Amino acid sequence: MLGGAYFLAGRAAADVKKRLADRGLAGEMVRRVVIATYEAEMNICIHAVSGEIEVIVEGGQVRMRAEDRGPGIADIEKALAPGFSTASAKARALGFGAGMGFANMQRCADTFAVCSAASDGTRVTMGFVPRPQEIAAGGST
Amino acid sequence: MKLTDVVSALSLETHAGEGKLERPVTGGIVSDLLSYVMGNARAGNLWVTIQVHPNIVGVADLLDLSAVVVAGGQEPEAATVAKAREHGIALLTTKMSAFTLVGKLHELGVA
Repeated sequence: MLGGAYFLAGRAAADVKKRLADRGLAGEMVRRVVIATYEAEMNICIHAVSGEIEVIVEGGQVRMRAEDRGPGIADIEKALAPGFSTASAKARALGFGAGMGFANMQRCADTFAVCSAASDGTRVTMGFVPRPQEIAAGGST
Repeated sequence: MKLTDVVSALSLETHAGEGKLERPVTGGIVSDLLSYVMGNARAGNLWVTIQVHPNIVGVADLLDLSAVVVAGGQEPEAATVAKAREHGIALLTTKMSAFTLVGKLHELGVA
């Protein structure tokens, strides 16, 4: 995906939603993965030059890796603080860049990590395992 | 309550998703921050916003929302209407401000 391509943003999440629905995962778990994918995708769109997202489904669990070529994050701790954002005025005017993306990812994912160095791009990895209420809801996991 | 009841009670204008008006509305959410909606909306919710770009349709589709209502007399972009038609998302508008609209939705029992 390309940085700045707001008109394309959301396609990866839509694609992931479609593919996961066919894998027998519980609806609520699919929803968590889709939200996290959307936020990772938007971060690439808002901040990076380009990037990619890989989603692997294995044994009822999901692993995601979002990696970009971009400016990187100078202070990860600060970036993770809810409400903090370095998004452009344009992104903010569209309702993005409110500093809620990482918070949404952390809430949706069961494991979460960010690796980045200034001017070296960013890699976000997340893991998703079925939560008790999702197993009860009948996901075939 | 069905979406069609909300549309007639509040005279909302339908720009797309005419075939989706029989859907039940499970509640509402109002925000212009897309991540807030991503993190807090539930399936079947009706979303009130003044954003008009195509990403609002993408969010509504991902979250399986019942409708997006663009308030305040804002006109959705042509690309937004096209995307809503393509994805079968109910896209509604009103001249009412978001504040007034949400008040009326509450009176109707959408909570």
